[in-house]
Order: sequence, then C-alpha cells, then structure tokens
Amino acid sequence: MSDNCALKTPDHETEGTLQIENPVMPFLRQDRIPHIWCPGCGIGTTVNCFTRALEESGLDLDQVAIVSGIGCTGRTAGYLNLDSFHTTHGRPIPFATGLKLANPRLKVVVYSGDGDLTAIGGNHFMHAARRNMDVMIVCVNNFTYGMTGGQVAPTTPIGATQTTMPYGNFENSFNLPFLADACGAVYVARWTVFHVKQLARAMKEGLLKKGFVFIEAMAPCPTLYSRRNRLGDGVDQVKYFKENSVIRNGAETKEVGLSFQGEIVVGKFIDRERPTWLDSMNAHFSQHFGDKYQTYGGTNG
Amino acid sequence: MKADPKGVLTGNHFIDGDHAACEGALAAGCRFVAGYPITPSTEVVERFAQRIPLIGGMFIQMEDEIASSIAILGAAWGGKKVMTVTSGPGLSLMMEHIGYAAMTETPCVIVDVQRGGPSTGLPTLPAQADMTQVKWGSHGDYEIIALCPNSPQECFDLMIKAFNLAEQYRVPVFFMMDEVVGHMTERVVIPAADTIEIAERRWSKKPPGEYKAYEATSDMVPDMVKAGDGYRIHITGLTHDERGYPSMNPPTQKKLLGRLLGKIRDQREKLIDVREEHLDDAEVVVVSFGITSRVTGPAIEEARKRGVKVGHLRLVIAWPFPDTVIRKLAQRVKAFVVPELNMGQMVLEVERTVAGKARVVSVPHAGGTVHEPQEILERILEAAK
Amino acid sequence: MNLDTTTNKGRGTVLVQSHVCKGCSYCLDFCPSHCLEFSKDFNAKGYHYPVLVRPQDCSGCDLCGLYCPDFAIFGVKFKDLEKRGFTKAASAEAD
Repeated sequence: MSDNCALKTPDHETEGTLQIENPVMPFLRQDRIPHIWCPGCGIGTTVNCFTRALEESGLDLDQVAIVSGIGCTGRTAGYLNLDSFHTTHGRPIPFATGLKLANPRLKVVVYSGDGDLTAIGGNHFMHAARRNMDVMIVCVNNFTYGMTGGQVAPTTPIGATQTTMPYGNFENSFNLPFLADACGAVYVARWTVFHVKQLARAMKEGLLKKGFVFIEAMAPCPTLYSRRNRLGDGVDQVKYFKENSVIRNGAETKEVGLSFQGEIVVGKFIDRERPTWLDSMNAHFSQHFGDKYQTYGGTNG
Repeated sequence: MKADPKGVLTGNHFIDGDHAACEGALAAGCRFVAGYPITPSTEVVERFAQRIPLIGGMFIQMEDEIASSIAILGAAWGGKKVMTVTSGPGLSLMMEHIGYAAMTETPCVIVDVQRGGPSTGLPTLPAQADMTQVKWGSHGDYEIIALCPNSPQECFDLMIKAFNLAEQYRVPVFFMMDEVVGHMTERVVIPAADTIEIAERRWSKKPPGEYKAYEATSDMVPDMVKAGDGYRIHITGLTHDERGYPSMNPPTQKKLLGRLLGKIRDQREKLIDVREEHLDDAEVVVVSFGITSRVTGPAIEEARKRGVKVGHLRLVIAWPFPDTVIRKLAQRVKAFVVPELNMGQMVLEVERTVAGKARVVSVPHAGGTVHEPQEILERILEAAK
Repeated sequence: MNLDTTTNKGRGTVLVQSHVCKGCSYCLDFCPSHCLEFSKDFNAKGYHYPVLVRPQDCSGCDLCGLYCPDFAIFGVKFKDLEKRGFTKAASAEAD
C-alpha cells in the first residue's frame, strides 16, 4: 500500500491521513509485488504503459487475457491481475491462438520477450501473423536472453558481447518490424521505454485493433546486456534511447533495422485492415454452406 | 450429462478406426481440434475439419505439432473439450506440452495412431512402440491415462471414455491406436445421443475471490474455471501453490507432486479396465492390448484345442498399469505371455508387477505388420511346459 | 514520506513507497521539472529512493509514475485530489 499523504479531509479539522493508492495497483497482483526484475529493468516500465493502456481502452478487464512465454518478460503474466497464462518457452502465441479461437470474445494479449517470440517462437510468430490471428503481441526487446544470464538473441546487434558470443556477436540480427510486416501483421510499431506516452498509446491502439498487432518495446537489461557491453546502467541505456531515437511514423519497415548503439527509428509503421482468421473462416463457411452455417463465436468485445 | 445430438452421427456405419475416433470425439463433446498432418493419423483431423463447421466448433491446422499440442491447451482454458491427433514423430514433438498439460492439469485427449519407428520409420505400417513414451516421455514426474482400442467400434466407444476421464482427472489422456486399427474398416454402430453419457467439465461453484485454481477437492482433483469468467486465474508450468502462483521451493514441490501423482496413483483401482477371457482355470495368461489382441484370439483358441489352459487378459486402459490384476493372477498362474508390436515395452510392466512369482515371456515384434497367430501360439505352448 | 505543503505552490505532488524503490533513477532523470533527488538515507534494501526536493515545481504529471519499473512512485495533481474532496493541509511536516 502507498504511504499516506498528509492532507486535510473535508470531515476533519485536523490533518487526516488518507490512503491513496498508486493507480497502477488494481491492475497488478499485489500479493506478488515486489517483482523479480532487476533495478533499472525496462520491463516494469512497459507494464506501467500497458496498465495505462488497459485503463484508457475501456475494455472489460474480465475479458482480457494475457499469455506469456518464458523469460524475464514472460514473468509479466504473473504480475498482471487478469486471466494470465505463463506457458512454455516460445509458445505463447499458439496457446493464445487456441484461447482466442475457443472464446472469441476475449481480447488476448501475448506479452513476451524477443528471444521467446522470435527465436524458439519464430515459427509461431510467422504463422499467426500470416493468418492475421486476432491477438496483440507486446515484444519487449532487450537484445538478450536475460533470465538465463545474458546469451545472444536473434535481436542482439553485431558487435555486442553476450555469454554465448564471448568475442562479440557476428550474427545478423532481426529487424522485428520488418519481420512482422512481411508476415502480414496489421499493426506494427516500435517504441522504447523512453517513449512511455507513445508506448502506452500504441498499446491502447493495439488493444482496440482487430488482427495481428505487433508492438516492439525496446527496454534496457542493465544487469546483463548493458553491463557486459559497458553501456552503463538502466537509466544510461534509456538516455541512449532518448538521444538516438528518431520518430518516423509510416517509415518503411525494411529501413528500421538496428545496430549496436546506433540510430533507433521508432514510430507506428503499419496500421492497415485485413480480415482476421476467424472473420475469414466465418465469411468462407457462410458462403459455402449458406443458411445451414451458424457464425462461430461473437465479435471481439 | 447426455451427449449433444449435433455431434452424434447415430446409425450403422462401415468406417475405419480413424473416422470412428473422430465420431467418438464429436459425440463426447469435443469442439476444438488443432492438428498437423501425419500418416497414419491424418484422416481423424480431415474428418473433423469436414464435420465441425456445421456442428459448431473449431478446427485449425497448426504449423507443427508443437503448436497443435499447446493450442489445444489454450482452447481448454477457453472452455472447450479438446483433442489433437498425431503419430510417433509428432508425439515426440509434443512431449514438453504433455508435461505442461499434466502440470497445469489441463484436460485434453491426444490420439497417437502408432506406426513403425524410431524416427521416420515406417509411416504407413503399424507398431505399438510408443507405449512407454506416452508414460515416461516428458521430463519430470507426472501421471497420464492411456487407452488402447482394438477395433473401429472401440475407437468410437472408448473415445467417449477418454474424454470423460480427461475431465474427471484433469490429465492428458492418450488414445493409443495403431495403423491397422486406424485403417481397418469395420461396422461401427453409433447409438442415439441420449444413450451416451458424457462428463461435464468440473466447473467450480465458488465465486471469484474464494476460488483457488489448484485447491484439491475430495478426489484430489481441483475444480476448474475458464478465462473470461472474472476469476483472474494464473496458470503456470512453474511449481505452484494452491492459488496457482509460482512457489519454487521443496515443500511446495512435494505437496504439488504428491497430489498430481496421487490423484491417479491413489485411485488406480477405479482406473482398471481389462477384458478377461478363459482366466478361471488358466495356467498361462496372454497379456495383450490393441491390435495384437485380435491376433491373440486365434492363438488362444488353437492352444485350448491342444489342451493348454491359457487365458487372455486384454488391457483397455494400459496406463495406469493394472498392477493388482497382474499380481493376483501371478499368485496362481505359471506364466505370462506378452505379445506386442514393439521390442518389449509393456512386458517390462508385467515383469515388474509379477516380481518373479511366475515366468514372463515376451513376444516382441519390430513392427511393420501384426504378429502371426502362430508366433504367439508357439510362445504359449513353450510357456505351458 | 516528505510532503511539505505549506509553501507548496506546485500543482501536484508525488507519493513514494520508499521500501519498494530499487534506486534506478528513471524518475529523477526523466522528471520534466527536475524536482526529484535521491534521499540521503537508504531503504531497507540499501537503495536511495526519490525525494521531492522542489515541490513547488511538481506539476503532478505522473511521468515518474509511468517510468517507474517498480511501481514505487506516482504523481497526483492537487486539482484531481480536490475533485475527490481533499484539500491541501495548512501545515507542513510529514515524517
């Protein structure tokens, strides 16, 4: 609970104390706070933005489900006060697919890390985007596998050092917005945890958008990525985000690749309309079977 | 409760095991299947894909078996009765999610239409070589249930039992078919919907706030809820407490595993399903399951003609293994003969439970076809000496 | 928590759960009015936590709250509190 704030209440002449709660608290499982994330870890900041987005979206929170994979970001499911599912490494997207198709009224959000979603989970990412599955993906990109001690990830830029590339990474890294765009995502954005307002707004837009939504949230990993690469601590990395980001809404996704401590293009790159997998299925079967077919599921609440 | 008539194709049919299994699932109330094509199981999902649009449910072909095996778990938490279908190589891919289903106590049915292995093996030919894998294939300690139909009719009938057991015990339930049972065409009688008893999911009656996701009820199995009903559940594969929250310490692990294993192990007497023939005076017992039981029949008939007092014990539920049945028989029979389409898997369980009190004779087979009755007969005659 | 409202001409204030803070400095560095500094003392976990040293400059914008990865700080606007029926105290001092 928050500290009390000494303010005069209308009923009392003397100073009363009042419990003012941090507005983010009702969205969290308060019996699980404090969380396990390191000092200066950006994941918590993304969660703040997400709770802000949840509030402003006006969605019925009983109908929002969150699905995480394994990793530091994957722990998010355990802290949010929603129907939350902590699944297996790389597989939150197919789990979310099953959950959504079983109950189309749910708004399903996948909240997971760069390694989980695009390395081991890469195949599922591709296909859910291709199908335009109605799920929102929040990919917290900290360029590393944090939970296991800082190994190279498909997003680690060339030149960065991680434990499994001890002499510096020489592998090409993903341009995640380009990947999402190429696979067919209908909403693609990248923000960093410096851009808290824009990130919260993007998450809100994503919550209200139908189709495969992809939001890359760049965040520092002070303990592993920053430390091993001598980049300072969390706040130094967020200052790097601040000083090196360029907002280019509508930029060509193939031009927003990242490099080690280089320029970061942020913005909302793609926002288009396509029928979702379920809408396509219903339209197709309605056409095929005519009156005999009953539309499956309701529309997304 | 009674089966939903929309999913019951009442009538007399001439269909193969794969098709009958699909009809069994539909009759049992299965309304979500995520699958991936693999010989010789593909027909199960093909038929489901064709039937489900007008029944009201969902089929999606996922990008691989790993996706299929977890998509069904997501759908289960969305409230549906779920199934996936595969064969050996796909089952190997599903191992992690079998463990996840067991750990999160997510009811599901996994059909394995077994074929020759290992690896790509003999895609179009039968085997029964996944029997130990379904029990022990995923990491860690967990319990599952496995049924072995031996005919297309049983593919229908036992499928209903499989779904009911999944709901009752909240474990993954395996349906161990094989290529011959899957592709043999026989008469399948599907009765009227109101004669089919199906188990409803054990929905909790507690309101949000009071309900705890993993609080055991009287049979050690927690009641279930689904996403979207305001419970704000947390489900994780990490070792968890009764609230479902990660609690990674030895006492919680001991308590959780005690219950995950106990809910099956302590109730294994209720999970015995065997078919007995000629056991009263038997001196030799043939223990078989699945397609091998069909071949065992003629062998036993011939042996009896030759004066051998041989009986037949067919496992319909192979896991949990019916220890007590075997142990009781071991007190009075001379030998057990275990024919199986593998190089010796269920025979290990027979040996374990017999514990030296009788001879145990394995009748292995590398797979690719069924035993000749002669092979089994010879072992019976040997065992009877 | 230090809250001096006597001479507070600011439009808002912050509330800090000092024991939850991990001293990451996001709030200090990204406050647009630069009105937060680290405390001199440590919390139980050994971190310095934010203190509102220039309360007159605090607008209650809650950017600190939005940045905080540990949910340890948030800002409130006085006019929002007044809407809920609270008025600023006449005297200062808190703990």
